[in-house]
Amino acid sequence: MTDASTTTRKQEAVYVYQAPVRLWHWVQAFAILALGVTGYLIGSPPPSLGGQASDWFLFGWIRYIHFVSAWIVIVGFLFRIYWAVIGNEQVREIFVPSFWRPSFWGGVWHEILWYLMLAKEPRKYVGHNPLAVLAMHFLYVWGIIFMIVTGLALYGEGTGMDSWQYRWFSSWVLPLLGQSQGVHTWHHLGMWVLVVFVIVHVYVAVREDIMSRQSIISSMISGWRMFKDDRPVDRD
Amino acid sequence: MVQKIETFYEVMRRQGITRRSFLKYCSLAAGALGLSPAFAPKIAHAMETKPRIPVLWLHGLECTCCSESFIRSAHPLAKDVILSMISLDFDNVIMAAAGEQALSIIDETVEKYDGNFLLAVEGNAPLGEEGMYCISGGKPFVEELTRVSQHAKAIISWGSCASWGCVQAARPNPTTATPTHKVPGIGDKPIIKVPGCPPIAEVMTAVITYMVTFDKLPELDNQGRPKMFYSQRIHDKCYRRGHFDAGQFVEKFDDEGARKGYCLYKVGCKGPTTYNACSTIKWNGGLSFPIEAGHPCIGCSEEDFWDKGDFYDRLTKVSGFGIDANADQIGAAAAGVVAGAAAIHAGASAIKRIASKKEDA
Ligand code: HEM
Ligand code: HEM
Ligand code: SF4
Ligand code: SF4
Repeated sequence: MTDASTTTRKQEAVYVYQAPVRLWHWVQAFAILALGVTGYLIGSPPPSLGGQASDWFLFGWIRYIHFVSAWIVIVGFLFRIYWAVIGNEQVREIFVPSFWRPSFWGGVWHEILWYLMLAKEPRKYVGHNPLAVLAMHFLYVWGIIFMIVTGLALYGEGTGMDSWQYRWFSSWVLPLLGQSQGVHTWHHLGMWVLVVFVIVHVYVAVREDIMSRQSIISSMISGWRMFKDDRPVDRD
Repeated sequence: MVQKIETFYEVMRRQGITRRSFLKYCSLAAGALGLSPAFAPKIAHAMETKPRIPVLWLHGLECTCCSESFIRSAHPLAKDVILSMISLDFDNVIMAAAGEQALSIIDETVEKYDGNFLLAVEGNAPLGEEGMYCISGGKPFVEELTRVSQHAKAIISWGSCASWGCVQAARPNPTTATPTHKVPGIGDKPIIKVPGCPPIAEVMTAVITYMVTFDKLPELDNQGRPKMFYSQRIHDKCYRRGHFDAGQFVEKFDDEGARKGYCLYKVGCKGPTTYNACSTIKWNGGLSFPIEAGHPCIGCSEEDFWDKGDFYDRLTKVSGFGIDANADQIGAAAAGVVAGAAAIHAGASAIKRIASKKEDA
């Protein structure tokens, strides 16, 4: 009987990441890479250049690349929120994880056991596994919101007190996080939170591509989730 | 009951100042406030008709550097401000009288001009031990401050002490030194912050000139600082900014870059994070300012600038966790641990995979 129901649910592949989501993922991955490198250099500039000031615009370019990439990330993130509303079920996961479902936490626990190598095999998901959802929600979604808010607060200092960036962001973020210098420090620490996320993210993407029961990296390229076995997918 | 107070003009004439130099003074004042020449007659009119505003200047926990700065104002001269524009009824640092006689002036002014005088506060009130860390006239300063503030028209917080707390409020702030706006019982009077350690002399006198001529507060930013002097950072108008954008920095104080006047960012300049007018108005009558003298800005007009790490470091050291490291050192350590853990995990995963393959086979 159970056999009959599983055979009807048997799936080879599901189209899970729609093209705009894939495009967004890779664009923002490169933009964040650029933000991390230029941001680090803003804090610790490269060795001084000689000659006349008019000969160079090196630090200006570093900051310019930071700001352009920042706008790409901001617009991309706003688009991603919009897509979470109109897109498929899986693209909502990282914004509204199913915290209220006990089975979600069961899934998290199972995934932890899998990473501790205590579970023999992982579960099978169309979207992300629940542990990944947790990391993406707390480190990525909130991390990037924090970077955008503190980043715009710093940006508003340059555009001035009459700009919308200053009125909407700098005006309350500066006094809240220890004025300008304090916001610089928080923004800088935020970068390292994202670096930690990316290290783990890339490592598990590669690992699960090999070890899990589904395709991972190619899914973010082609959009199709391939499954390596015929058993039913889990939905927690 | 309010007795007739002389106007500025009357006082100036009494001091033997001609009408011609009075008008000159008005144009200068308009210039100092960044107003168009058309405002000079308005200032003249105000000075001819308005009574001088009484000011009480109280001193709490501080070093008197604000007073030192104030008396060096060049445009307008502090003497003009004190003698002509305001009636500085009480200021224990620069007044000749002393003792009970002097102190009684405070009560007199509070009584006579209730709700109509300006309260200028230099320094701040330590709240610890019921205010015992700062006794002025035999009583805790905080008591005098809260009593007088109830009757003032507005309060000026001179300097970083009154505005933010400054060095006496630096961690761990043993006396609970508290800036004016955070003192309980200060009432809901408008408070104008004029931060800096000390504030620029011309900024101080201009703030007063503005208030007496226009009979209103200058436009303030959302943290209570006059916008005309505190709406931009040192960095926004710094003459070394070209070197910043080029990427030409002083690496050490005695290097080639220092001699060439490169940007001081790498030796800890806080100009990019400091709201003040030093790079436009400068110091000592426009002679120079710290960056022009080759020293990085230490951010003296910013809240808690003493707790923002070393003056000569660009990145703030974050204390806590029993360590003292900057964001990069903390972050790189965390990233290193995570990357190391991932590498070990990868190794273990590979072993497991090989083992389970063998099992399957
Ligand atoms: C993943 C995202 C981001 C990362 C990793 C990042 C990283 C950094 C770092 C490390 C700094 C140097 C902070 C310091 O002074 O110590 C910085 C500065 C800055 N960032 Fe970002 N940032 C990100 C996003 C943004 C966004 C979205 C904005 C918004 C416009 C932004 C605007 C700025 C500004 C204005 C500065 C100050 C530049 C200066 O002082 O010259 N950043 N960033
Ligand atoms: C700055 C770098 C990166 C960031 C911030 C980032 C962020 C994210 C986020 C938020 C998602 C969730 C997508 C969604 O649900 O809409 C995701 C998915 C994914 N990312 Fe990244 N990513 C980065 C770099 C990379 C890199 C370099 C790879 C390549 C190995 C990669 C591979 C993937 C894959 C394969 C998925 C899909 C996971 C799945 O199938 O469940 N990412 N990434
Ligand atoms: S010296 Fe300081 S204020 Fe001037 S450009 Fe350099 S960092 Fe900015
Ligand atoms: S340059 Fe900076 S530290 Fe120096 S007086 Fe101005 S604000 Fe204060």
